Amino acid sequence: MGEEIFRFVLGGLAVSLFAAVGDILKPKSFAGLFGASPSVALTTLALAMSKQGTAYVSIDGRSMMAGAAAMFIYCWLTAWLLIRYKTNPLLTTACCILAWFGVAFGLYGALLRTPTL
Amino acid sequence: MKVGFEPSALKRTSWKEYGMRFLFGGLVALAAGAIGRAYGPVVGGLFLAFPAIFPAAATLIDKHEREKEEKAGGDGSCRGAQAAGVDAVGSAIGSLGLMAFGAVIWTCATHLPHIATLTLALTAWLTVSIIGWIIRQRM
Repeated sequence: MGEEIFRFVLGGLAVSLFAAVGDILKPKSFAGLFGASPSVALTTLALAMSKQGTAYVSIDGRSMMAGAAAMFIYCWLTAWLLIRYKTNPLLTTACCILAWFGVAFGLYGALLRTPTL
Repeated sequence: MKVGFEPSALKRTSWKEYGMRFLFGGLVALAAGAIGRAYGPVVGGLFLAFPAIFPAAATLIDKHEREKEEKAGGDGSCRGAQAAGVDAVGSAIGSLGLMAFGAVIWTCATHLPHIATLTLALTAWLTVSIIGWIIRQRM
């Protein structure tokens, strides 16, 4: 329970800090870089390094690359819909998460389930 | 286009919005840990780049831009979506940095001390993101 509280507080602080940095930066496209900050990854990996060991963390990193590729597609799709069609931001960003799942688990099935990459 | 700081932008975000970010961030970190424990690092690692707080951030940008435009007497709905879209372009570039972060963790975690690995990964994220942003500006 103590570890979970620690993880929650650390994760909350990391996300808030990166978001605040993004808030004060301009232009918007540059501030957007911080929308893809490794805030949750830093917290999770720092805790995993001490608990599960470095081999476990290394596998985490490999999978994270696939997750980040999915995030790239997700962000481009979202940006295209918002800029081109002026769609509702909440609806667009929420619905496009399906694209993230599609790409992330597509890459998982194609590359990550095999023992060598 | 020049990069600058606007510290007064922090005042536009209410305490409630800061609280929501903290809550979301904490919950996402908990969820990422739980998924890793339940399904192992291969699946868990995917969720280290999950855009969980992205919808909330885009909504916040939309709201702030609408308010700005409406204060000026215009209809802010188009401007809000536009601003959220431009922010998403930046996040797409940041995702490339996130790939570099993952690559450093993958290759260095078993060879370097913990703090060195995380510092190197964070540097790789920032470097790739900034270079990507500069290239995009020149296109």
